Amino acid sequence: MKIARFLWDFVVGDDPLVAAGVAVALGVTAVLEVWWLLPFAVLALLYVSLRRAAA
Amino acid sequence: MTAVFLVLSAFLASAVEMVEALTIVLASGLARGWRSSLTGVAAAVVVLAAIVAALGPALTVVPLDTLRLVVGAFLLVFGLQWLRKAILRAAGLKALHDEEEAFARELAAARSAGRTERAGVDAYGFLLSFKGVLLEGLEVAFIVLTFGSTQGSIPLAAVGAAGAVVVVAGVGVAVRAPLARVPENAMKFAVGVMLTTFGIFWSAEGAGARWPGGDASLPGVLAFVCLASFAFVRLLRAPRTAPAV
Repeated sequence: MKIARFLWDFVVGDDPLVAAGVAVALGVTAVLEVWWLLPFAVLALLYVSLRRAAA
Repeated sequence: MTAVFLVLSAFLASAVEMVEALTIVLASGLARGWRSSLTGVAAAVVVLAAIVAALGPALTVVPLDTLRLVVGAFLLVFGLQWLRKAILRAAGLKALHDEEEAFARELAAARSAGRTERAGVDAYGFLLSFKGVLLEGLEVAFIVLTFGSTQGSIPLAAVGAAGAVVVVAGVGVAVRAPLARVPENAMKFAVGVMLTTFGIFWSAEGAGARWPGGDASLPGVLAFVCLASFAFVRLLRAPRTAPAV
């Protein structure tokens, strides 16, 4: 259990929304096979995550 | 070009983590004795080397597209963690890591702990150094493995990481004090940008997307991530610098 918690904190960190958003964006990228989607999805995720942290 | 990014990323990430590990090792050495502290360092280095040696060859047998998708996704999530914290620190919304304060805290804790010796090695000093180097080193091992395997050159990434260990350890031995003047947040910012850039590039490729111009578009992704990051720092700083009404 401690190892699972450590791995979660190590990879996912403070904001699970970012990890979930990346997974969704990659899924959509795999379906549409377009290169431009991921950079803009990352931009949006980072913006939302930073706003949440700053609030 | 990617080889330079590879070595530079591994070097910077390793340097940042080793500065933090050095603070713990110094506190342990001064409070509990150098023999215990350095034995802990050696044990942690052996464990980290074993992790890289065990996982490195295993990663090379995974098909490249699968590897890039999985590793790229991990790298992206991991890189965004670094970048998010570095942006918050640069914007003044999160406290900067203070090596001198961390050193004083570790030193006080190490001096007040009880003493249990085994084979001439103090258990507390050993464990303090071992855990410090292992936990800080795991991030470096992760970066070396992910960067190295997707670029087909774990040894090259390991060279970058080893270079940083030599530089930080050398400076640490010379000054015998925590490296408080190292621009840690700037280095973490740079590593976050690089991890995020490679994460976007590789995971999109692994998911089946093809970048215009292939590898030549990597600097474009880097510029995009840099510009966005600096814009976020400015955006988050703005409300605090606006005049009060």
